[in-house]
Amino acid sequence: MSSQRAPLGGRLCICVGAGGVGKTTVAAAIACLRAAGGERVAVVTIDPAPRLAQALGLDELSGEPRRVAGAGELWAMRLDPKRTLDELIASLAPNDQARERALSNRIYRELSSAVAGSQEFSAVAKLYELDRSGAFDAIVLDTPPSRNALDFLDAPARLTHFFEGRALRVMLAQGGFATRAASRASAPFLGVLGRLTGAGVLREITAFFTAIAGMIDALAERAAAVAALLREESTSFVLVSSPRREAVEEAIAFAGELRHAQLRLSALVVNRVHPLDALAADPAALEALLGPRLAALVAAQCGELVALAEADTAALDRLREAFAALEPMAIPDLGDEIEDLGGLARIGRYLERSTNGTSPSAAQ
Amino acid sequence: MFLLGKGGVGRSTLAAALGVLAARSGRRAIVVEVSGRGDVPRLFGVQARGGVETELQPGLWTLDVDPRQALEEYLRDQLPLRVLADLIGSSATFGIVAAATPGLREMLTIGKIWELSQPRRRLRGSDPYDVVIVDAPATGHGLALLDAPATFASAAAVGPIARQGGRIAATLRDRKLTALAAVATPERAAVDELIGLRRSLGGSLDAELANGLATVRFGADDGAALREAQTRPALEPTTRSALATAIAADARVRAQRAQLDRLQDPLELPLLAARELGIRELELLADGLALAA
Repeated sequence: MSSQRAPLGGRLCICVGAGGVGKTTVAAAIACLRAAGGERVAVVTIDPAPRLAQALGLDELSGEPRRVAGAGELWAMRLDPKRTLDELIASLAPNDQARERALSNRIYRELSSAVAGSQEFSAVAKLYELDRSGAFDAIVLDTPPSRNALDFLDAPARLTHFFEGRALRVMLAQGGFATRAASRASAPFLGVLGRLTGAGVLREITAFFTAIAGMIDALAERAAAVAALLREESTSFVLVSSPRREAVEEAIAFAGELRHAQLRLSALVVNRVHPLDALAADPAALEALLGPRLAALVAAQCGELVALAEADTAALDRLREAFAALEPMAIPDLGDEIEDLGGLARIGRYLERSTNGTSPSAAQ
Repeated sequence: MFLLGKGGVGRSTLAAALGVLAARSGRRAIVVEVSGRGDVPRLFGVQARGGVETELQPGLWTLDVDPRQALEEYLRDQLPLRVLADLIGSSATFGIVAAATPGLREMLTIGKIWELSQPRRRLRGSDPYDVVIVDAPATGHGLALLDAPATFASAAAVGPIARQGGRIAATLRDRKLTALAAVATPERAAVDELIGLRRSLGGSLDAELANGLATVRFGADDGAALREAQTRPALEPTTRSALATAIAADARVRAQRAQLDRLQDPLELPLLAARELGIRELELLADGLALAA
């Protein structure tokens, strides 16, 4: 291991990666593992599969950490990005009236789908809040799936930029005071906008900026604090991938972006690897047991699995080549969906073994 | 042709395979993505920039539609002032305007797709396409995309946008011009979504594709024989593991059969064991599609 600290350690542990690689499961497994080690841990997930949510006691949407039964000091919460953003805006609003105006504005309500990064921003904002509360030894964050790491890292800046919307505000202001000379430029702009999108839109936009006006500075400040938190010494990033080609390429691109942003990547977890071992069944033994026809079918079935395992081995080699300093931690394909704490603990054991330098296939 | 379905069922791959098939028959085809992920060019090992029509192989093109860029293109076509088009198209402005106008993104995206299918292209120097295959976004967003023009036309009521919305909606409704297909893997959640789609689209789809099917190897009685063999004493660990692999595969195939039975005349496509999908696998899938159709 290149890192001096435990690869899955750190006060904040942020799991990043493409969608569909089992990031949520890995985040939950890391949290379980650390809680088993005696730490008081919060795992913050975005969108757990129904059965995983059940395992973590998160059947209902819950914006507050809940203690997971039977897992030590493990607390879980499901992030509701909309609600987190609402809470943030509410806390930044100078008074009740301003808060109501902002929260009920249509543009604001459309924000989560309209602005790339607002989910990510909500996730890190919650992380910041939990961190400052001092209630946990460690916080493990499962991030929303995104195409590139920058979506996540840039989220604070992007959201602030969106709220500021300088150019548009200037135009609107000029449109409101048609006497100004410069309005020659903005009049057609507003005309086009109105024609394009129908009446009412301009009114909405003006209302939005009025509602949000008093909060922009406070929001920018919070965004800066969140960005600083991501770069703290005690924050570590765990990159989760699968052996699928697209996932591998995405992981490599992701790591580049993290490096570029000077964020510390401390572990690479490769989920759903088909293990190569225990498939060299003796054909004669199979035939004696099953007869020639069935034995041949079983052998063919095993051959298919071997092909998958070999492709996975190649994918791991590709990752080793790209991440010279970081040995991938491979988790075998456990077949079914992880649906209980036992399953998470199994994944945790594989992670632990890889941390100690043994590969999972050798450890089986 | 729109390819709908749940996330992760292989829509992009099948859209690309359909593109290969169309190009084989000598038609000029384009595979359109709306995800910003560039999955299709990657399958061909081609670099493509978002928003740029890129040739993948002779007669086959791809485009990742960016609604913001589509708006810019539309405005440049409509407005004499380039500065204005650029201003409205700037990302912060666009984000706010799009947020203020529900459905604007979808409308711009579908507008661009429609433009690709027209015999006379808006984009100067561009040739028309015979076939446009759309790797639509996952279920809910895919439906929103199809509904956008009609919604927009009725909301705007008058003006150029309403007129264009009406024309696009008519093209989408015409089943001779527009085919709606959906993809599912043989899993309950994916098939549930496909059935939901079928229902929302008036009870039938033009094609239902079952992707990622495991090979059927074992007969009806083999499962029992395999389980019986497992109970024998003193089995080698490797033999035990081979039996477990076979039993798991047999169970998977049975579950798969149950899901396939819920689809209407599905075109069945195999699970490709290769992790590195590339042109060769696409050719195989295209063969499969040609056979199945």
